[in-house]
Amino acid sequence: MSLKRDVSLSTALRYKGQGPFLTFILHRIGGIGMALFITLHVLASFVEGRGWKIGDVINDIYINPVFQIVLLFFVLFHVINGLRITMLDLFPTRLIQYHRQAIKLEWVVFIAIYGFAVISIIGSML
Amino acid sequence: MNQAKARNLPLSKRGMSFETVMWVFTRATALLMYGFILVGIVGALMMGAANDMNFADILRWALMPNVSHVENTNLADLAPWATTFWKLVAMGLFVTASSHGVHGVIVVLDDYFAKHSHRQIIRGICVIIFLAVAPAGLYVIWTS
Repeated sequence: MSLKRDVSLSTALRYKGQGPFLTFILHRIGGIGMALFITLHVLASFVEGRGWKIGDVINDIYINPVFQIVLLFFVLFHVINGLRITMLDLFPTRLIQYHRQAIKLEWVVFIAIYGFAVISIIGSML
Repeated sequence: MNQAKARNLPLSKRGMSFETVMWVFTRATALLMYGFILVGIVGALMMGAANDMNFADILRWALMPNVSHVENTNLADLAPWATTFWKLVAMGLFVTASSHGVHGVIVVLDDYFAKHSHRQIIRGICVIIFLAVAPAGLYVIWTS
């Protein structure tokens, strides 16, 4: 079986999946990003403990507030979106009809928690 | 607009393939992680209240309750943050998150590699990375 797509890249980029697609793609980007981050962070901490300078350099990047604000966006979104997916999947009969409302609610919760966290990070920098 | 409709096929008719098991595993590990995160939030609120711990530090602790995550926080004593209980919570969260994560990465990569042989190679690489990183992570948790 070979990979066969029926749309061009330009068409794919113009795909208007709206809210559900945005959450789908952000969940994936966040998931892959976290996998890379955690892998590197664990390995950096491990080698840092053994006196390797490279581990210290990598972890210094992770301590940077700007990096933490970007990372927190993807981590929090993945966590909150994952909760929505799990709840809809576990109670499909009752909840799946409200999936668009669930996405709106998810954004409200995400913006409130993320906004508060960003203010907190910026506040600790000042 | 088409309304999404729930499919109510019973599990006996749906069958329990490997994919179904992993579908359940992903949801179950997600719920387990919410439990660990909640324990972390409650613990950070209790232990950090006296020091006016800020929200970002609480989140950083809750997402991985390792003492190195509060080293730069304004805390009078780090001892309560480095107990065996918190190391067990961190270990549970780490193992759950990494197994959830390695399966998630495989699911995403499967969408970009259609050949069976390519998928097998990708899966092998992901499992090898998981087996290499997991012990390193546990070592960091228990020695920090």
